Amino acid sequence: MIQKIVSKNFNIENSHTLEVAKKNGAYQSIDRAFTLKPTDIEIEISKSGLRGKGGGGASAGAKWCLVSVTNEKSYLIVNADESEPGTFKDRQIMQYDPHLLIEGIILTCYAIHSHDAYIYVRGEYKFFADRLNEAIKEAYEDGILGQNVKDFGYRMDITVHRGAGAYICGEKSALVESLEGNRGHPRLKPHEPSPEYYFGKPALVNNVETIASVPFIINEGADAYKAFGTEKSPGTLLFGMSGHINNPGIYEMAFGESMQDFIDKIGGGIKNGKKLKAVIPGGASTPVLNAEEVKLAKLDYESMKEIGSALGTGGMIIMDEDTCMVGALKNLLSFYHHESCGQCTPCREGTAWVDGIIENILNNKGKEDDIDLLSDISKTMNGKTICVFAPAVSMVIDGFILRFRNEFETYIAKSKEAVDV
Amino acid sequence: MSFVFNEENEATFTALLPRYPHHKSLVLPCLWMAQYQEGYISAEAMDFICKKLDVPLAHLYGVATFYTMFYLEEIPKFHIQVCKTLSCELCGKNDILKAIEEEVGLKVNESNELFKVSQVECLGACGGAPMLQLNEDYHENLTPQSTKELLQRFCK
Repeated sequence: MIQKIVSKNFNIENSHTLEVAKKNGAYQSIDRAFTLKPTDIEIEISKSGLRGKGGGGASAGAKWCLVSVTNEKSYLIVNADESEPGTFKDRQIMQYDPHLLIEGIILTCYAIHSHDAYIYVRGEYKFFADRLNEAIKEAYEDGILGQNVKDFGYRMDITVHRGAGAYICGEKSALVESLEGNRGHPRLKPHEPSPEYYFGKPALVNNVETIASVPFIINEGADAYKAFGTEKSPGTLLFGMSGHINNPGIYEMAFGESMQDFIDKIGGGIKNGKKLKAVIPGGASTPVLNAEEVKLAKLDYESMKEIGSALGTGGMIIMDEDTCMVGALKNLLSFYHHESCGQCTPCREGTAWVDGIIENILNNKGKEDDIDLLSDISKTMNGKTICVFAPAVSMVIDGFILRFRNEFETYIAKSKEAVDV
Repeated sequence: MSFVFNEENEATFTALLPRYPHHKSLVLPCLWMAQYQEGYISAEAMDFICKKLDVPLAHLYGVATFYTMFYLEEIPKFHIQVCKTLSCELCGKNDILKAIEEEVGLKVNESNELFKVSQVECLGACGGAPMLQLNEDYHENLTPQSTKELLQRFCK
């Protein structure tokens, strides 16, 4: 099941150093790429069907095109603000193969005619930012970065920019705002597909893993990449497992594998021999699945959508039979309450309300109409805000209530007894 | 009391400036440097950064308070931040908090001369749950015993 493309060097000793990385094929694609025209690279990426791996799954080629057609000075901003609960994949790339990321950045920048790239790393990832900086320093000293990339006459600068602890900065327009030195407030999106703008100039924002997939496609060709995965979700993804599972960690697999097999064969089953109760499939913001649905689930964007959830970032949180789902929802809602940026009223107030209501239910102070009230607030939050944060919260609430309503009702019934006594 | 960047930070600032199309991008890097220099961001440091980057104090204050990792007040030498989000909670975050309380006698949001204990949202280390961040270092796959041993190393 394991299929290593991005993670091929993760187990090699000192894989983060330039010397070892070069021995294992790093920067070979650069030589090939600079003999091609930038548009050829863009076409190859479009042909490969590469999709953004930060959660949305939008076509990478189409996104690149939005920037390159502008013919203006442009920027590449790599999104390493990994803070979706359950997701811890980008840090593996930064820790074990930073040169793969740098290689991908050079290729991407060449394709979109950009000379400046920024890697926005979440503030807590100090170790990983340091490691990136070391790798970048090595690359500068080796002539891979700088005024004249590998003597091809192309200037390329990469700067690591540290965030400072705000979940919302993983949203691409909030990330650009933060990079501009502002609060991380998402921007209004235009109707037409458009690039982000960094100080008024077009910018491409892509996830670390997306960029790290580019060297393989340039080396081996789009068809080799498409050989993995499904027709609409080609390639591989770094899937993660955490929670009540025997072998938590990051495993690279092609899209389309069965979720149950992934949990049983690679994850080694549920901790302490217990039964599976629920899985949050791709970071906290995707609707939860119950054990029956997990059996049917295939790990690609389309299949996950069909069974009423989303693949998201592929970071699964596994919960065993003893997990209290009301408690789990409370945990997530307090996360959202804390992380709402406060810009839009439905989100700022809504996340606080739902957090308060669920806390009351947990403390046996729930009222009979609380479940309907949660659904109602969730409806009000969905689709009425600038970014997708509030709709994500609303999907989380609806997912829990749809699948585990009886647990909420049991809690509320208990509260009623407490009052009657 | 006034604030100026030390030599190292001044050099970093000079090196970073041409990397960005606009100096306003340096707001976050400058706040970080000030915090590393003094341990927190003082009012004097804010004034200094405002002048250096030509941004209004209100803007800088807004930014500094938006991001949770900037301290506007002095904090104890060791900041223990326990991840509280779902994977860590499922894997026994509460046992870790109990172990911390037994070892340093502090509950969440309490502090003494040496330690401050906080709970924070997902630190992106779910595969190593439960985990905590001690100042800037991650410590993963914790047990109550290993947590105590970790803290004992710093208590002495």
